[in-house]
Amino acid sequence: MADHTLDAKGLNCPLPILKARKALKDVAAGETLEILSTDPGSVADFQAFCRQTGNELLESSTDESVFRFLIKRPAA
Amino acid sequence: MSTEAQFVSDEAHSAPVAVPATKSMSIIVTKGSLDWAYPPFILASTAAAMGLPVTMFFTFYGLPLLLKKLDLQLTAAGNPAMKMPMMGAHMGLPNILTALPGVDAACSKMMKNLMNKKGVAPIEDLREMCLDADVRMIACQMTLDLFEYSLDDMIEGPELGGAATYIECATQSDINLFI
Repeated sequence: MADHTLDAKGLNCPLPILKARKALKDVAAGETLEILSTDPGSVADFQAFCRQTGNELLESSTDESVFRFLIKRPAA
Repeated sequence: MSTEAQFVSDEAHSAPVAVPATKSMSIIVTKGSLDWAYPPFILASTAAAMGLPVTMFFTFYGLPLLLKKLDLQLTAAGNPAMKMPMMGAHMGLPNILTALPGVDAACSKMMKNLMNKKGVAPIEDLREMCLDADVRMIACQMTLDLFEYSLDDMIEGPELGGAATYIECATQSDINLFI
């Protein structure tokens, strides 16, 4: 179970990333953020985002047309 | 710029990928139509969200993108690639029709409706997110004089500067884009 959840369904590039960045500000070190998106481009984008920002992409999955990402903020 | 690299585990490729600690980006924004306003604001807001310091330099037709009230328009004239999805097909306009009064306004309205339907952010929102993320914005002084704009007409946040201000910034940036 994620510590925080962000519903970014219906939003297009780059909004899921921008909203995730904003949501991560409220996520403590070591906690997780779950993001739900309907933008197929967000699959590649969250990988790139996590590589660049040092957050850990724990999960990337698809359920029907909803993409789910689980991001962990690195422990301080 | 620091060249220090950190290793970040990459689930998708399983091998660690080296990414530099901090890169920075600058964008020269030269176009102010509805369609051309998107690339600079999308890239600037995303880069800022990924931790890059970003500077945007607004010059010529890009400068009005800093006005408080935006009413962005586009034109299909001279743009054969602009085809709107319509009833399962894609429709473009022959150049001669694009000159008719009201056609640009109709195209702009269609594009805005389409963007709204597809969850694409309005330019105003992306601009706001750039400011929230501390994107540095420079308004070109010469353009301001040339087109008789005043900083009072602009949103709060941009500073005034010229070519030298931008060049200094560009020499310190890892990525410099002209849009």
